[in-house]
Amino acid sequence: MNIQIKKTALIAKKLSVRMKKFIVGLALLCSPFLAFAQDAEGDAAKGETLFKNNCSSCHNVTAEKSVGPGLKGISERRDFPWLVSWIHNSQAMIASGDPAAVKLYNEYNQAQMTSFPNLSEDDIKGILAYIDQANAAPVAADGGSPAAGAAVAQSSGPSDLFVLVLIALLVVMLLVLGVLLVIVTLLSKAVSGDATGADGVPFMDRLKTTFSKAANNPAIRSATIWVFVLLVTKALIDGAYNVGVQQGYAPKQPIAFSHKLHAGEYQIDCNYCHTGVNRGKSAHIPSANICMNCHGAIKKESPEIQKIYAAIETNQPIEWVRVHNLPDLAYFNHSQHVNVGGLECQQCHGEIEKMEVVEQRSSLTMGWCIDCHRKTEVNTKGNAYYDKLVQLHNSESKEALKVADIGGLECSKCHY
Amino acid sequence: MKDTNKRYWKGLEELRNDENFVKNANSEFAQNAPDSSNYDSLVDGMGTHRRDFLKVLGFGMAAVSLAACETPVKKAIPYLNKPEGEYPTIANWYASTYAEGGDYASVLVKTREGRPIKIEPNTLSGISKGVSGRVHASLLSLYDVEKLKGPRKGEDTKVSWEQVDKEIMSQLAQVATSGTPIRLVSSSVVSPSTKAVISDFIAKYPTTQHIQYDANSASALLDANSTSFGKAAIPAYDFSKAKTIVGIDADFLGSWLAPEMFSMQYAETRRLSSAKDGKRDMSRHYQFETILSLTGSNADYRSAVKPSQIGLVATTLYNKVASKMGAQTISAPALTIPELDKAAADLIASKGESLVVCGVNDPAVQTIVNSLNSLLGSYGSTINLGASMNIRQGSDKAMNGFIDELKGNKLGAVLFLDANPVYNHPRGAEIAEALPKVSLSISFSDRADETGSLVKYICPSSHYLESWGDAEPISGFYSLTQPTISLIYNTRQAQASLLTWAGKNADYHEYVKAFWRSNIYTQGAGGNFENFWIKALHDGVFEPGKGTTTSGGSFTGDVAGAAASIAKTYKATSSAIELALYEKVGMGTGHLANNPWLQEMPEPVTKACWDNYASLSKQTAAELGVEQGDVVKVDLKGKSVDLPVIVQPGQAIGTVAVAIGYGREKAGKSADGVGKNVFPMASFANGYLSFLPGEVSVSKTGDFKEIAQTQTHDTVMGRESVLQETVLAAYKKDTMAGRFVPKIETSEGPKEATDISLWNGHKYPNHSWGMVIDLNTCTGCSACVVACQSENNVAVVGRQEVINRREMHWIRIDRYYSSESVDSTAGLEKASENPEVTFQPLMCQHCNNAPCETVCPVLATTHSSEGLNQMTYNRCVGTRYCANNCPYKVRRFNWFKYFDNENFDYHFNNDLGKMVINPEVTVRSRGVIEKCSMCVQRIQEGKLTARKERRRPQDGEIVTACAQTCPTNAITFGDMNDPESAISKILEVEREGRAFHMLEEINVRPQVSYLTKVRNKEAAAQNTEA
Repeated sequence: MNIQIKKTALIAKKLSVRMKKFIVGLALLCSPFLAFAQDAEGDAAKGETLFKNNCSSCHNVTAEKSVGPGLKGISERRDFPWLVSWIHNSQAMIASGDPAAVKLYNEYNQAQMTSFPNLSEDDIKGILAYIDQANAAPVAADGGSPAAGAAVAQSSGPSDLFVLVLIALLVVMLLVLGVLLVIVTLLSKAVSGDATGADGVPFMDRLKTTFSKAANNPAIRSATIWVFVLLVTKALIDGAYNVGVQQGYAPKQPIAFSHKLHAGEYQIDCNYCHTGVNRGKSAHIPSANICMNCHGAIKKESPEIQKIYAAIETNQPIEWVRVHNLPDLAYFNHSQHVNVGGLECQQCHGEIEKMEVVEQRSSLTMGWCIDCHRKTEVNTKGNAYYDKLVQLHNSESKEALKVADIGGLECSKCHY
Repeated sequence: MKDTNKRYWKGLEELRNDENFVKNANSEFAQNAPDSSNYDSLVDGMGTHRRDFLKVLGFGMAAVSLAACETPVKKAIPYLNKPEGEYPTIANWYASTYAEGGDYASVLVKTREGRPIKIEPNTLSGISKGVSGRVHASLLSLYDVEKLKGPRKGEDTKVSWEQVDKEIMSQLAQVATSGTPIRLVSSSVVSPSTKAVISDFIAKYPTTQHIQYDANSASALLDANSTSFGKAAIPAYDFSKAKTIVGIDADFLGSWLAPEMFSMQYAETRRLSSAKDGKRDMSRHYQFETILSLTGSNADYRSAVKPSQIGLVATTLYNKVASKMGAQTISAPALTIPELDKAAADLIASKGESLVVCGVNDPAVQTIVNSLNSLLGSYGSTINLGASMNIRQGSDKAMNGFIDELKGNKLGAVLFLDANPVYNHPRGAEIAEALPKVSLSISFSDRADETGSLVKYICPSSHYLESWGDAEPISGFYSLTQPTISLIYNTRQAQASLLTWAGKNADYHEYVKAFWRSNIYTQGAGGNFENFWIKALHDGVFEPGKGTTTSGGSFTGDVAGAAASIAKTYKATSSAIELALYEKVGMGTGHLANNPWLQEMPEPVTKACWDNYASLSKQTAAELGVEQGDVVKVDLKGKSVDLPVIVQPGQAIGTVAVAIGYGREKAGKSADGVGKNVFPMASFANGYLSFLPGEVSVSKTGDFKEIAQTQTHDTVMGRESVLQETVLAAYKKDTMAGRFVPKIETSEGPKEATDISLWNGHKYPNHSWGMVIDLNTCTGCSACVVACQSENNVAVVGRQEVINRREMHWIRIDRYYSSESVDSTAGLEKASENPEVTFQPLMCQHCNNAPCETVCPVLATTHSSEGLNQMTYNRCVGTRYCANNCPYKVRRFNWFKYFDNENFDYHFNNDLGKMVINPEVTVRSRGVIEKCSMCVQRIQEGKLTARKERRRPQDGEIVTACAQTCPTNAITFGDMNDPESAISKILEVEREGRAFHMLEEINVRPQVSYLTKVRNKEAAAQNTEA
């Protein structure tokens, strides 16, 4: 049973890893012939990675314009050598007066395309293969993303719907109780004729005496008090544990930036903006110049994007409201978790690609950290740092090497 | 050292077993602070009443519940346009150079988010391998709020640079055209570019003359070299080649010329190895001096001489050497010091590998020393006449000439560059009087200091961390200074000001670059200049002078004349009390006095901080009827200062010594009124500045001032196995010599202490961090103390709190005096006359069987799987049981919220000062214990870097702040699980040699090992049984 759950979880995790993998998977399933046909030209899977890392921030695979032109049908539009030299150094081509290059340059507001001299011809072939492939299976791609998104879903705490249902049930029950009470009163009136009970006492009075008797009963009274005290204590303790816990905190930001749009719909890699995530402690809130990489051309007129322009003009940095506030006494390093540990952003931040406004999904309490360190296996694969440790651990234990096994629960891991 | 009859003591009070000492030693924490009324604020007060406590408690509860209602909104503010290469939370290092007030260090500046937070040594430099405490502390001066915020004209601080420039240029032009002299007064300029700027300035205003002077002058040495070898320069000394070193009043490990460089070289001659074919030979060091200096403390043989005898030390030594070598002797009164004969014999024995250095600013004495070195063949081996050290170029005569001109109202304009003569020149008062009469006076000082406050214009120069620059400390060794932060205030570096006034392009960056292109790049750099420039900026240094052969010269000085002069000036015996001025290792000449880190750094030998004082030997103090803390009036021909007495073992009898660098009046809150300024008491002998000004009268004033001294704090209660030492001859026979291996009696016979344990021990599968400290190469310079303070956000507590024994330093250097058999009263007297000194750096020993861990009721201190004893501040409730139970007394309790308390105004409680905080280390709050973490933040960062690169950390990549900064490499830190690491290799050979754990008998199994101290003394001096 346990193993099965683990397997399912693993599959779900794998599914959630990156939508692109899923999309390609589906695309490959849907169009096996195409895939085969393309393989002769270039490695589409490799091309896909290259495209996501290098091109996708400015180009769409479809015909839709972004910062640069949409790339659908690019291999028919331009001949291969032209493309290679354009990608390797577009400025040189423009300078040399290539008519197509100059036309393109002027058409896109004379925005320079970054040169990629390190992309080999094979790489470019791969990218082209990927573009054609992606365009050949648009339906699959469209269908793919919500499915993949769903796989990411991971509820933490009771959802809003659950609470609503609970409240509704409670209301219904109260209503039913009220109705029953009315019915009983009416019935007792009807039975006794002149609204008096069998012993001549009215029903409501009888009810009162019963209640007062019960209230005067010391056992019941003390039981009630105890229950009350216990409930209040529990509420207090729970409350105390939640002091400073900002789970669900979703403040309004000065600019209505939507992760749903950027990360979800456009699938911009998190790294593109959060440049520090693989490097250091902070993932980095992107500086305005990163926004300008795209918004120098796209949606310039939007009032929200105008705020970025205003910030640049007045030389006033944008004051975002910090959502995830780890206390100063705790040291957390993004690169340890993302670069070394290989965790996905969603693991801690929730389905960020579905959030219109960013919200703190995890509690960020020490218990939460420790819990994860206890459960998580160390990503030791291909990392020579761990080789000796794994060897040693395997000689002593049959369990996988967990973070807790290599000092993941020690104080000075996070506090110094 | 249980088996010897040697006795170790930290201070005279311990030697005598004073009542107070015994009382304090027995109470763990100093209670009832004598001055507690200073701090009776409601929140921080130690003298709080119970009702106040309840009030605070009640208010606290209410405040907490209110605060809990709504979490404050925090902002995350990214860059608008992120600079390339700058990543928030990731540190960058820039190579730069510190060259100020006669100090030089090639450094790396660690910056975070564009602000410097730490100074580290530049390992590429061939000159300075470590960084002194003063250079570390220079960082804090960057964030000094008391600096000028912009140019100042008179009292007007609203004036703009344009206006100041306009006015100054028109006045300078006027002065120059009228032919009236202009004087640019500076301390020694080591920067070739600055010199070029000054010549540009002189070209524009030809009546200008550049005058250099040094607060602690080497003018006589320069002049003596000029007459001896025809070159007025200080040659490059190389202690590493010396087998016999004689120091005559030259504190070359502490304050003479280039102490970090000399320490590095000196330590190489003292390093030993117990390996089979390891180095078992070390230099022998003789020191003749008045005060017990840092250098004297490290000497194998040290003799105390009075200032009036010091010249005769040189002549007597010369005669002894000369007569044995068959050279002409000179006529001068002879001194009878037994060590002189030994020194002479050793010098001759190691001819060609000998070195005599002298710190007396008297050309006659220096000439004799030159001649002696020449006789011993030192030139061309231990002294390189081919290279000159540019860190002292000042001329006392030129400076005196300037003062005479100034007083004679002959000058049209005066400029002060990196100079504060009103404070640090003996004739400062005369300058102060004459200066206001000069029509144009300009200072480039960063604050309105003693000189600055008297000039017409202050054009504040930027801090070196905000500036461009270069330096050539030794000919052929160049280094660059580059800015590591944009200007904090509206300041402008002096060179840019001078260039502006000279009518040149004021971009000093371009100027330095152009200068390097035409003058330094041409010295065999090769390749493209831009590449060369980028590499030089990256490396910080360019050293074409490296590897050049050492050259000697032929001595042509007038020995007889010098001897005659010495015979006239010095006397073999004198009964009067004589004054000796000296420079402290930390404070130096006082130009960084407004620096709490420096003020709080205990002076290595006296262990006193936040003051200067009158040092007296025990006998002299007794004769004068004064005790430590009594305020005495030291009177030198009418000039007098009142100072508290410190009774200093090892000080020459019949002398009183006072440190320069104190008594600032206009430097800022941390410096003003701390100690007394004794520069005015220095005198001039034949035109040379003399720190040995002659006879003084010392009289008791009746006042008392306690000196903030850390020496007997945290005593180890007579457990004397903390120190283990031997002599070289014994060590050569047995590498275990001097080691104390404790045995415990059991029913099965005596066992080693480490074989019996109640503990289960810990497993360290991954790393096992440890440290080895070589007591033989540790000179006690205390650079590590300030480095640690800077790295770990250690609070400064101030004078009164040090007296209350609440200093916060995580690493301290214990200084032990030792002497043979002090059982009798006479022995006691003798013991303090000239004791041996041992320095022992002590920080948390990270015990495997940690006594602190077992007593913590809240598990705030626990053990890690990498051998570290962890301290979790947020768990600590402040019971202080751990500190109580620590056998090494290395745990520190936060009595106050130092970073947020008006009573601790040491740059730590204002926004600018807080910029120096290392963001990787928690700033501890009140009520928690803290201690050395072995720079766990660096360990974690190093491991993470390795993991990101999918490899194991390399040895030397992770290093603690103390080990990194040590000028002599006495501290080795590393992973003891890595067989290839330096520490493993040392321990491998020393485990059966010099390595010992402190207090091995209590079996706490520290991760820190020490290597025994070995003195190069005659074996007979000590019982060698181990």
